[in-house]
Amino acid sequence: MWAFGRVSGFVSLALFTASVLLGILNRSGRPLLVLPRFSISLLHRNIALLATVFLGLHVGSLLLDSFAKLNPVDIVVPFLGSYQPFWQGLGTVALDLVLAVVVTGLLRHRIGQRTFRAVHWLSYGVWPVAMAHALGNGTDVSSGWFLLLVAASAVAVAAALMWRLSPSFLETFRARQGNLP
Amino acid sequence: MSQPRDSIRQEPRLLAAGPDAGWARHLETFGPWEPQAAGPGLLEVLAESGLTGRGGAAFETWRKATAAAGTGRKGLLAARPVVIANGAEGEPLSFKDRTLLAHAPHLVIDGLIALAAALGQAGGRTRSQASTGGTSMYVYAPAASLPRVKQALGERPGGRKIRVAQAPETFISGESSAVVNMIGNGTALPTDQRRRLSESGLNGRPTLVVNVETLAQVALIARYGAQWFRQAGTATDPGTRLVSVSGPAPTRDVVLEVPGGVQLSAVLKEAGMDPGSLSAVLVGGYHGRWVRPADHALTPAGAPGLTVRPGAGVIHALDLQTCGIQATARILSYLAGQSARQCGPCMFGLPAMASVLNRIAGGETNPRLTSELDRLGRLVSGRGACRHPEGTTGLVSSALEVFAADFRAHLSGYCTGPGGVAA
Amino acid sequence: MKTYLHIDWTSCDGRGLCSELLPGVLDRDDWGYPVARGKAGRERTDVPLRDADRDAAREAVFLCPKLALSLVERAAPEPGQRTPGRTPGR
Repeated sequence: MWAFGRVSGFVSLALFTASVLLGILNRSGRPLLVLPRFSISLLHRNIALLATVFLGLHVGSLLLDSFAKLNPVDIVVPFLGSYQPFWQGLGTVALDLVLAVVVTGLLRHRIGQRTFRAVHWLSYGVWPVAMAHALGNGTDVSSGWFLLLVAASAVAVAAALMWRLSPSFLETFRARQGNLP
Repeated sequence: MSQPRDSIRQEPRLLAAGPDAGWARHLETFGPWEPQAAGPGLLEVLAESGLTGRGGAAFETWRKATAAAGTGRKGLLAARPVVIANGAEGEPLSFKDRTLLAHAPHLVIDGLIALAAALGQAGGRTRSQASTGGTSMYVYAPAASLPRVKQALGERPGGRKIRVAQAPETFISGESSAVVNMIGNGTALPTDQRRRLSESGLNGRPTLVVNVETLAQVALIARYGAQWFRQAGTATDPGTRLVSVSGPAPTRDVVLEVPGGVQLSAVLKEAGMDPGSLSAVLVGGYHGRWVRPADHALTPAGAPGLTVRPGAGVIHALDLQTCGIQATARILSYLAGQSARQCGPCMFGLPAMASVLNRIAGGETNPRLTSELDRLGRLVSGRGACRHPEGTTGLVSSALEVFAADFRAHLSGYCTGPGGVAA
Repeated sequence: MKTYLHIDWTSCDGRGLCSELLPGVLDRDDWGYPVARGKAGRERTDVPLRDADRDAAREAVFLCPKLALSLVERAAPEPGQRTPGRTPGR
């Protein structure tokens, strides 16, 4: 259980990282190589859902594991846990944020674009919190390959963020420059 | 008594009570009358009269009103309709609506109440002949018109039931969905219309937005009947309309009441202009079209060479010394600046068009500029929440047609307007 | 009864997913916004759809990042019939 809990945690984090990168690409309105824009949108969505499934497995298996000492209340209320309460609490925070983002994402057509978008901004918060939780709580921190993957993800996300904030981020940026009379 | 069509001689109807007509003079001129009592049968009378909207689009008034009356369930649970008197007059060259609101507000209010009663009774919400059946009424007008409107409402019984809303001084503030948006949400911007206003407008209620002049005409038709209305104008364009006439100095701005189908040249002469001294006339407003002052009849429907749509009733003349391209370029820059900036094709297309036309107006001789202007016009038409793009495109196409010689001149490096020298 | 793809221009940001899913129906203009191929006037806002396009249109409605698309079922208008309103500057 414990091992499965760790693995599903890694996989979930890796998938969420991929989802964040795809989400930023999606927002730019650009296609990628052979992938048209609508495929990127679907991939972003489906990978995020898959990541959520693995997150569920991660939490579920740790709940069932006697070593982890996880109580159901720890799933929604952070920082109450008995094992490394702070780092575990970060995991809870990440989980709560993910639930908000996923639920609003699935109900986007019903709740409207404005509400969906407001909550979706929280996804930028999910990634660093989840990463910090993995580093603080994880028992593989000393492992070389783990650190390598973490570093690679961090570089990728940082680069994507810088791209996100750059003026030429949007595909339509150049064409729409002359919009003011 | 029908008038020959080139005669503009029309006894005043809308302004018959004279300037600044208060409640007493209004009753003296038109006679005492209960607008609510006109409710039953009013829609049929309007159909018979052939009245079309005087706000620009010239839709049959009875059809628009019936659409707002007939939707939804009947009886007590039906959504109560809303009627809004639209006096926003966002067209800079138009001043007939504010003139009407200043001098004959009671006619407008009569029409508003009568239509509200007709809708209320058609929906079966009331059998009482003294009631508007819960239909809400608004007058929407710019700040300058409101004091007079409020005064008029105060002068008459039941005026308290009519709410007053201020229209901002923008070009698009008079667009129907912008009117509803302003009253409902405080933002005078057009909204996306999946459902028509007659189905779902203000707070989801069936809403009828009617130009103030149209309402004044409704008030007269309700009093004197459809046949009386048809005594002026033509069979296809019955009644009269107000026009805002302006032109080169020393012409003074004037509001004229003219019969349907009147000759444009007669209107120009009545306003003190000699058609021979004019290069072109803008008819309808900034969403209208340019015509040479030849034999055009001012009427909504008819052959393009012989008629021109009155639109919002604007008639603006240019003298022979004014460059039509420069005049159009100035208008286009204005229209681009007045975009609500909600819809891509308008927000980007109109400034692009203005930029191209200004380059032509300024003397750039690139021959591809006119085809680019035409291409952009065709690109944006029909693509937006409101008709700002196509209205603008219509003006530009008419300029390309009427000022074709000027365009050729500009692209060859000279201007036939001011001094004959390219700017 | 005909199905139309309604474009809410006040929400549309010209992201281009719809023109990828409905390439025969929609192209993109200079600034990325959808242009209904071969259509004029209001049919560029309420785009008539053939039955064959319905599934792809549903997908486009679902995926549009701005929720600017919707499907509308309406009786086809008579030729020459105009819809009231929508004219600015009154």
